[in-house]
Amino acid sequence: MTVKTATGAAAPLPKTGAAGKQGFRAWLNKRLPVDQFLATQVTEYYAPKNFNFWYYFGSLAGVVLVLQLVTGIYLAMFYKPGEATAFDSVQFIMREIDWGWLIRYLHSSGASFFFIVVYLHMFRAFLYGSYKPPRELLWLLGMAVYLALMAEAFMGYVLPWGNMSFWGAQVIINLFGTIPGIGPDLVLWIRGDYGIADATLNRFFSLHVAAVPLALLGLVALHLVALHEVGSNNPDGIEIKEKVGADGHPLDGIPFHPYYTVKDCVGIGVFLVLLAITVFFVPTVGGLFLEAPNWEPANPMSTPEHIAPVWYFTPYYAILRAVPDQRMGALLMLLALMAFLFVPWLDRSPVRSMRYRGWMSRSALAVFAVSFIALGYLGLQPAEGLYVVLARIFAGLYFAFFILMPLYTSLERVKPVPERVVYRAH
Amino acid sequence: MRTEALLAAVLLAVVACAPQRLPAAEEAGAAKLGADWESWRAGTNVADLASVQRGARNFTSYCLGCHSLKYERWSRLGADLKIPAQLLEQDLVPHGAKPTDYILTSMPDADAVAWFGRSAPDLSLAARAHGRDYVYQYLKTFYVDPTRQTGANNLRDVGSPMPDVLSELSGLKAAVFRDVTSNVGGRVTHEQVFDHFEPLAPGRLSAAEFDGFVRDTVNFLDYVSEPTQLERRQLGVWVVLFLLVFTWLAWLVNREYWKDVH
Amino acid sequence: MADHAGVAGGDEVDLSRRKFLTRATIATGAVGAVFAAIPFIESWSPSERARAAGLPVTLDLSKVDAGQMTITVWRRSPIYVVRRTPDMVARIAGHDGELKDPESDHSDQPSYAKNPLRSRTAEFLVLVGTCTHLGCLPKQRFAAGELYPSWPGGFFCPCHGSRFDLAGRVFEGSPASINLRVPPYSYPQEHLLLIGADEKGAG
Repeated sequence: MTVKTATGAAAPLPKTGAAGKQGFRAWLNKRLPVDQFLATQVTEYYAPKNFNFWYYFGSLAGVVLVLQLVTGIYLAMFYKPGEATAFDSVQFIMREIDWGWLIRYLHSSGASFFFIVVYLHMFRAFLYGSYKPPRELLWLLGMAVYLALMAEAFMGYVLPWGNMSFWGAQVIINLFGTIPGIGPDLVLWIRGDYGIADATLNRFFSLHVAAVPLALLGLVALHLVALHEVGSNNPDGIEIKEKVGADGHPLDGIPFHPYYTVKDCVGIGVFLVLLAITVFFVPTVGGLFLEAPNWEPANPMSTPEHIAPVWYFTPYYAILRAVPDQRMGALLMLLALMAFLFVPWLDRSPVRSMRYRGWMSRSALAVFAVSFIALGYLGLQPAEGLYVVLARIFAGLYFAFFILMPLYTSLERVKPVPERVVYRAH
Repeated sequence: MRTEALLAAVLLAVVACAPQRLPAAEEAGAAKLGADWESWRAGTNVADLASVQRGARNFTSYCLGCHSLKYERWSRLGADLKIPAQLLEQDLVPHGAKPTDYILTSMPDADAVAWFGRSAPDLSLAARAHGRDYVYQYLKTFYVDPTRQTGANNLRDVGSPMPDVLSELSGLKAAVFRDVTSNVGGRVTHEQVFDHFEPLAPGRLSAAEFDGFVRDTVNFLDYVSEPTQLERRQLGVWVVLFLLVFTWLAWLVNREYWKDVH
Repeated sequence: MADHAGVAGGDEVDLSRRKFLTRATIATGAVGAVFAAIPFIESWSPSERARAAGLPVTLDLSKVDAGQMTITVWRRSPIYVVRRTPDMVARIAGHDGELKDPESDHSDQPSYAKNPLRSRTAEFLVLVGTCTHLGCLPKQRFAAGELYPSWPGGFFCPCHGSRFDLAGRVFEGSPASINLRVPPYSYPQEHLLLIGADEKGAG
């Protein structure tokens, strides 16, 4: 039987099975744009050739996301949510499921490594102005990922139902009570009971295992689409698409595959070494990754001596405690987080990368980085004496970074930006 | 029954001795017993199997009467500590219990609450929750205190409801406090601060023997808090080595490909 | 792919070295991936709790009356223990032609149960009370003629009508294709049945 085209001539049919695999590939690509996707996103996607150390953390964040999803799915096979069963089920996983201890430590270490990677990833954006136009939405999507990640980590920490799980949940949820008017009702609604209870634990389990991971996956996908739409920034802050060669590709660009797939493998290798050292030799990291009070079951009648959230929340916790007023402290903590969202518009520098900015921007960023780390440390300490004074100072510096940004980014003298990226062959 | 007997022994010892709150003694040049208790370190090593085995024996003899290890099975203990099955079933597993049962105390909860005000906490995770050094210091800083129902008190956990069950081994000691006056912003406060221990009566073990006893017990509790820790560290060596090899290979490939880029 | 940036002076691009290194790295990565998968796969094995619950169980045989069946549980399966009377033992013979697997060649049982009586002793029958068709619990129909005039006694599965004789052997015409399974068992003492362990050790 022959198929006719509109003009009545015989139309050529695709080869069926003649070349085996080639035939299948053609069949597939007619129905799903696999080859086209791989070409545009990987093998023919051009990225600047001058990526440095700070550019490992995007792909690493993806690796940690996969790690958390896989280990999390497996933990959910054995974990039993519920006031009466949660703590015991975690011990059951640690002791009585083959390799349960390894899956658990991978997940708990993975959570902390996720934040280490994400903070370094965000810092890169500050170093090279990766949030400046046309990448504002990319930055906002990234911030959305960060906020979702914080929610995910917070709820995940409640699940083992240790004493710190309980009291951490108590403190954080009580913060919502500071919202004028609706506060107390909101807290009751979030908890589902008159205190942190079974209801709270079960809903956190559902959100942590299903809802927020789905949101995270969606946001990460959007983040990557937004990135590929505008193309990556680079340490010199130059738009490589502005200088295109005869073949239509950026002169300073190289295809992502094989150059960055291969480079990222090295980054992943180093990351896995650090992860393995943590998981196999120091899984608690002296109480930073797994806090000591959490080895005791939740006890509503006994508060741990020092309540501190896990290290990745402590900068904000320090800001919260720096203010003697509960409501103002909560508000300031929220503002500290929200401040990041405005950076693309606060930053008035004509230049993207710190390499070509003046001393004011560089000092401001250095002070901000030091303040963030200092606040993180202070958040782990008891709120007394010198610690309180220092927290207030560093909180002030933290906010100054954002508030003064329009000023120092427009006032300072910047260096001339090169035409082409600075790259040394290696 | 055994705990009541111990309680009676302690109370008897207290009654037999003089009042214990002695005034601060002048010990010119002599080392004060226990003055440095907060810096005591357990210094235990879970890899020392013999020590952990002794600790298991100590635990079943002196602690199991009140404390359970509800996440550990007898059979797991036997396998990890290389205790022959027959010895395990005859000497350790309580009569009527199966080797695969969890290690539970025979003391009913209701009795514990009646006698001590609360049930004795499960110790499966004690070494992780408090740390080895805390447990070590706790077991070594019991002292005679006639003002308390148990006749004893503790420096590490002041007001602890636990009686000094190891006193037959360690002997009895009194705590000597000194008065410390401090002036903070015009307000004068007085505090009773621990100074040193005074031995009252010897126990069956010498100081060195008792120290070894406590270290073994702490070592055992360390093992129970994470039975897989030795396996974890041993496997870790291989995993890290493998990953280093992989990373090195990836780095070589990377360097090779980047020769293209100029 | 090596063409993209050109090979202008400098290092010669050694394609064979590149290929070798890439393959070596991929191979190492694959080995790593296999090792990484092992913990996840093995985590699905029965837990310590399941293994403890799955240990052999004992039954006091003096509690089982002649002609009666008692049901106990081992590894989450019902275990039928039947104390056969001499009459019941006699009714096991004489209908081999009506059975699908009279010699138990295709059925599942320990070596000591591969005989017409499908048991160690004539008196006691130990079976896994799960129909070998689709898993329902067969019902006891021990009386002769109970189902139809020539019925020698045995088990009848209500789900799809499979029939088994007093040794658990399946009749022709049944949806089930093999005889009822026999678990490992032994008699450590007289009147004591240990289900789940025999000379080979715990099942």
